[in-house]
Amino acid sequence: MHSRARITALSAAAACLAMALTACGSGGSDGSDSAGVEGETGTEDVTLSIGTFNEFGYEELFGEYEELNPNVTIQHKKAATSNEARDNLTTRLAAGSGLSDIEGIEVDWLPELLEYPDQFVDLTDPAVEGRWLDWKTAAATTEDGQLIGYGTDVGPQGVCYRADLFEAAGLPSDRESVAKMLEGDWQNYFDAGKEFVAASDGVAWFDSAGATYQGMINQVQNAYEEDDGTVMATENSEVKDIYEQVLQASVEDDLSAHLTQWEDDWTASFQSDAFATKLCPGWMLGIIEGNAEGIEGWDIADVFPGGGGNWGGSYLTVPTQGAHQAEAKKLAEWLTAPEQQIKAFESKGTFPSQVDALDSDELLGQVDPFFNDAPTGEILANRATAVEVTPFKGPKYFAINDAMQQALTRVDVDNTDDAASSWDKFVTAVNAL
Amino acid sequence: MAVTDRVQTPPPDTNQRPRTTHVKRLAFSQKVSTWDVKLSPYLYISPFFLLFAITGLFPLLYTAWVSLHEWNLIGGQGAFTGFENFQFVLSQPFFWNAVGNTFSIFLLSSVPQVVLAIAIAAVLDANLRARTFWRMGVLVPFVVAPVAVGLIFNNLFADQAGLFNEMLTGLGLEPVRWHADSLASHAAIATMVNFRWTGYNALIFLAAMQAVPRDVYEAATIDGAGRLRQFFSVTVPMLRPTIIFVVITATIGGLQIFDEARVFDQAGLGGADRQWQTLTMYIWELGWGQRNFGRASAVAWLLFLIIIIIAMANFLITRRIATQGGRR
Repeated sequence: MHSRARITALSAAAACLAMALTACGSGGSDGSDSAGVEGETGTEDVTLSIGTFNEFGYEELFGEYEELNPNVTIQHKKAATSNEARDNLTTRLAAGSGLSDIEGIEVDWLPELLEYPDQFVDLTDPAVEGRWLDWKTAAATTEDGQLIGYGTDVGPQGVCYRADLFEAAGLPSDRESVAKMLEGDWQNYFDAGKEFVAASDGVAWFDSAGATYQGMINQVQNAYEEDDGTVMATENSEVKDIYEQVLQASVEDDLSAHLTQWEDDWTASFQSDAFATKLCPGWMLGIIEGNAEGIEGWDIADVFPGGGGNWGGSYLTVPTQGAHQAEAKKLAEWLTAPEQQIKAFESKGTFPSQVDALDSDELLGQVDPFFNDAPTGEILANRATAVEVTPFKGPKYFAINDAMQQALTRVDVDNTDDAASSWDKFVTAVNAL
Repeated sequence: MAVTDRVQTPPPDTNQRPRTTHVKRLAFSQKVSTWDVKLSPYLYISPFFLLFAITGLFPLLYTAWVSLHEWNLIGGQGAFTGFENFQFVLSQPFFWNAVGNTFSIFLLSSVPQVVLAIAIAAVLDANLRARTFWRMGVLVPFVVAPVAVGLIFNNLFADQAGLFNEMLTGLGLEPVRWHADSLASHAAIATMVNFRWTGYNALIFLAAMQAVPRDVYEAATIDGAGRLRQFFSVTVPMLRPTIIFVVITATIGGLQIFDEARVFDQAGLGGADRQWQTLTMYIWELGWGQRNFGRASAVAWLLFLIIIIIAMANFLITRRIATQGGRR
């Protein structure tokens, strides 16, 4: 009898807690509600798991948070690519269990998740209002005003380049001259590439057609879908023009190193002189630094062909299946605060999406020794202000873009198709979605 | 639970026969013991079938149900669509491509695997020093997780930076485009499969070889047969039932190849042109990539039908071989 009474009490307590959590999880939670839950559970020992991908730059921050909150232990699960993280998230959402307490998501597949807002805790909180750039928050908010993710970084892009290879090919190699040379449209960037390739010994201009395409398509307002979500990717002449231009440069003019991003060959290529330039959003800096360890000559120019451009950027979500939603929310809030995000930027170059971080002296004064002491903070802040277009990304954006990347790979890397037949396959793939 | 239900069924029957006398009572206990003899074997094997019903039959039927609907991975059940999913899938070039890839990888892995396994078994059957060491040694690759095997082989098979291609270019040969050329990618994946399973099959063959009566070999030696002749005329024919067993298990496994092919590149979809996308990977792409569970289930059922057809063919062939064996 004794134990039964205890079980009843326990389950009643659990039910109360669950109700409190859902109450703060759904609807327009007010601050006092969630604060109450935190007060109750704040002193218990909890282990919070957090799932990220690529480089979020949080490794050192976890230790700091654990020191500040001795009752919290953080478990970090890191996926190698955004696609892998998406697969993991989808599978476990469907299974209804197994997700981390906090899951990092990328802006490209955020729209898919917005269709299932009840799977995520509503993170709206007066404490974080106005913390992020407006468009960053807007992208993660449902029509009913539920905020499913706290913004981490954005991806304003510059051009990373190998100064030593530029010099060897007789091109100007200091930051300012390179920026001047590449200022202009994409054709100008590709023309500079032709000049470089002609003067260099088998070094390509850029790493992959897919990566370069990514930079270009992120400058298009409605690439694949109308604002109402209607798919028109295959009829959009803008998309086809970019596709053809990239492949002309990659294959006909042979400016590409013919690599697929994230593959073993791509990773290994940073250790050889495979290519001289690479479009780089802030979060790519950490990846280049990791892959090109020991290679000298990388630099970053304050320029981007075709105007500014944003590539990627992530959010932290708290799935409703988690057991420690209040603590998870607290951690997510702490991690995405401007102070912490600046530290993440220092560590891995993930450029903050927080308004207060953008004009902070700490950020603007940031230099990166790996990129020849480039003032990366200032450069990326300039790049962020140069961004004019916020592309519309609907629920099918990720799948269509994936099909497009494969179409480019078929021509650029695999040589199994020419541009025309690969486009036909892309059309078939999009129609099959 | 159902087991206890069945055990409890007899008593109600006894109540229905109140006219039974003492003699009949004795007869009843006899009856129980005949039931015991007749039913018990089924009860003993029932756990397997109950488990199968839960983990095999139910998913099978449920998948059929899902395949007739619009069904989103996260959103769940949608409208009933009849055979639309099947129609759609069968009209997709990716589906037929996946069928072709599956059979190609299956043949490239199973055939060399069986041949190599027999050869290794024959060597292990000889008088070797430290016999147990060698025999355990061939099993080591089997213990390695498939994904780990994939990671190691990916390094070897990388198109530009891989060890195999560096060796080929070092010898002045053209590098093989492992991730671009369809057949090359199949060969690479088959290599991973073979790496894992050859040793395992070799041990099965070895066990069978040791069961071959030694006097047959003595007779063959007296007849003047050399080692090679003995191998082909005595060992291989005597291994026939084991070969059939290995071929059948390899078929079932081969048609479901997933892990090795999925980790062959980062994206895990089977290449930009689906050069090595197998049927199970196509199911994955539809169900988890596109979140269309209806279509994924349709492909799963088609794969099930394909396996049944192949299993029937296997059955017919093995029956012929078995009767041939009997005539000898």
